[in-house]
Amino acid sequence: MSQANPTLHMVRGSRWGYRVQRVLFFWIPLATFLIVLLFPFYWMLVTSFKTDRELYYDRKANPFIVGAPTMEQYLQLFEKSSFVVWLMNTIFISVASTAISLVCGVLAGYALARLRFKGASFLALAIFISYLVPQTLLFLPLQDVVRGFGLYDTPWALILTYPTFLIPFCTWLLMGYFKSVPFELEEAALIDGASRFTAMWRIAIPLAVPGILSALIFAFTLSWNEFLYALIFLSSSAQKTIPVGITSELFRADAPSYGQIMAAAILGSVPVAIAYAFLVEYYVAGLSAGAVKG
Amino acid sequence: MAVQPKRLEEVFERPAPLTRLRSYLDREGVFAYVILAPALIVLVVFIAYPFVLGIWLSLTDKRASLPGNFVGADNFIKDLQDTIFQKTVVNTFVYTIVATIFKLVLGLGLALLMNQPFRGKNLIRAFVLLPWIVPTVLSTVVWQWMFDPSYSILNWTLKNWFAWSGPFPSWLGDPFLALCCVIFVNIWRGVPFFAISLLAGLQTVSLELFEAAAIDGANAVQRFMHITLPTIRPVLMIVTLFSVVWTFADFQLVYVLTKGGPLNSTQLFATYSYDTALRGGQIGLGASIALFMFPILALVVFVIQRRLRKESN
Repeated sequence: MSQANPTLHMVRGSRWGYRVQRVLFFWIPLATFLIVLLFPFYWMLVTSFKTDRELYYDRKANPFIVGAPTMEQYLQLFEKSSFVVWLMNTIFISVASTAISLVCGVLAGYALARLRFKGASFLALAIFISYLVPQTLLFLPLQDVVRGFGLYDTPWALILTYPTFLIPFCTWLLMGYFKSVPFELEEAALIDGASRFTAMWRIAIPLAVPGILSALIFAFTLSWNEFLYALIFLSSSAQKTIPVGITSELFRADAPSYGQIMAAAILGSVPVAIAYAFLVEYYVAGLSAGAVKG
Repeated sequence: MAVQPKRLEEVFERPAPLTRLRSYLDREGVFAYVILAPALIVLVVFIAYPFVLGIWLSLTDKRASLPGNFVGADNFIKDLQDTIFQKTVVNTFVYTIVATIFKLVLGLGLALLMNQPFRGKNLIRAFVLLPWIVPTVLSTVVWQWMFDPSYSILNWTLKNWFAWSGPFPSWLGDPFLALCCVIFVNIWRGVPFFAISLLAGLQTVSLELFEAAAIDGANAVQRFMHITLPTIRPVLMIVTLFSVVWTFADFQLVYVLTKGGPLNSTQLFATYSYDTALRGGQIGLGASIALFMFPILALVVFVIQRRLRKESN
């Protein structure tokens, strides 16, 4: 990280003038951004700890703080909805589709970055383009395909279709990492009699672990967040994922209980937030690699 | 003497097919396709085939449970004459253009702020990304709650902090306001992606060049225009084009907030296609609506691909 231009600001004006300038043009704008970007999460948290009475009837209290914190909304959520089932489904589907996509993506990324073969550049282009194909373009025919395989309303409908956007992404990201592994290392192994598989497995893949971790967290969050396919390939409540469960079941009532919905939103965000907190550096690296390197 | 070579031959010949297979698989061109196969199978079965099937569906009058008949371009003609479809086209373009411009400007602003040295930078960077990380549906549900007609925290704030006496805006109930809200939430969600990606680009700006320009008397605006902007231009272009693709084909945000209403004022290609096909049961017609996105998407993807190719050369 280069410490860009601090000195340039320092040289001009007095120290006091610099401070005022810093508050006006740095801290206030940054604080404004942070408040707008983060307030919804604060509001989510606050709402989930309020009683219904405090949420809907007490119009005098300051709504920004919780008067009497309670777990009632969370308990109600577990009692009255199938939230735990949705959570389990989401975990299973995300883990399985991430695993499939990582295996496919590592292998394909390695092939496209390291091996010379006929059609390599065409396939690299095709995989790149498929990354940019939005789910909304194909959801109707894909529903026919899913029904045709007898997968409708099973977790496998999602486990097998999520890789359509996860594999291209993982492949693309990992190609960048594999390109940075020096060729000489693998050549030495090949000359010493290692098979291509061994060279890949023992040399290139271990060196690409940071990239694989980036791909892992991206794939996991993308499948955890997916909504459209989960909405239309599943129909019974017992099969739903968290995003679909919340929008289709918790909102079904005439008066949706926002306390419970916010509790569900918090719980549904926690696994992603935890994965992200541990791997934030890899996430940012992946984001920049994706955007900068292509 | 005559026995020994024969025995040796036997010894070597038995494993020969396996060895030959192994060395065949070890050839670069073969090994490449072997390890590419899993990815390619998934992509052909679940992207290439559905794409062809989608084109076929759009040329039929298929309904929910009935098989369709070939009707040629009828669906596309019907779409073009449909006033809701015309509204959808306008909405989608407004949504994409307005949201992308704001995301770009605000994202660049936030990136420039975060490129300054300050304490707690990594922590703030982690928090800034939250809107982008948290599942869209879950964060959109919070916005829906904040836009709630009777319990909106925004209206409460207007009333109690800004002494607004009414009438209070019906955030998602008024056609124009609803479109603004949907665009706003899209911007809110997308700014972190722009900011963090552009921040990575800003960190490649040459400090020497910057100092040299400052010594030569270039002011902050000139330095930004002539040094910062040209350096981050490639990242800027790619990030923007990606965002255009995602915004243009957006579904979930609108589905959760307004379901395309009120009066179809927030209807996008994706939501209208969903409504027509899965609520209205006109699968063929719905498929044709989704396919209208294709030419624009193809154009943007073509531009992205050309830029990336130019960069890598």
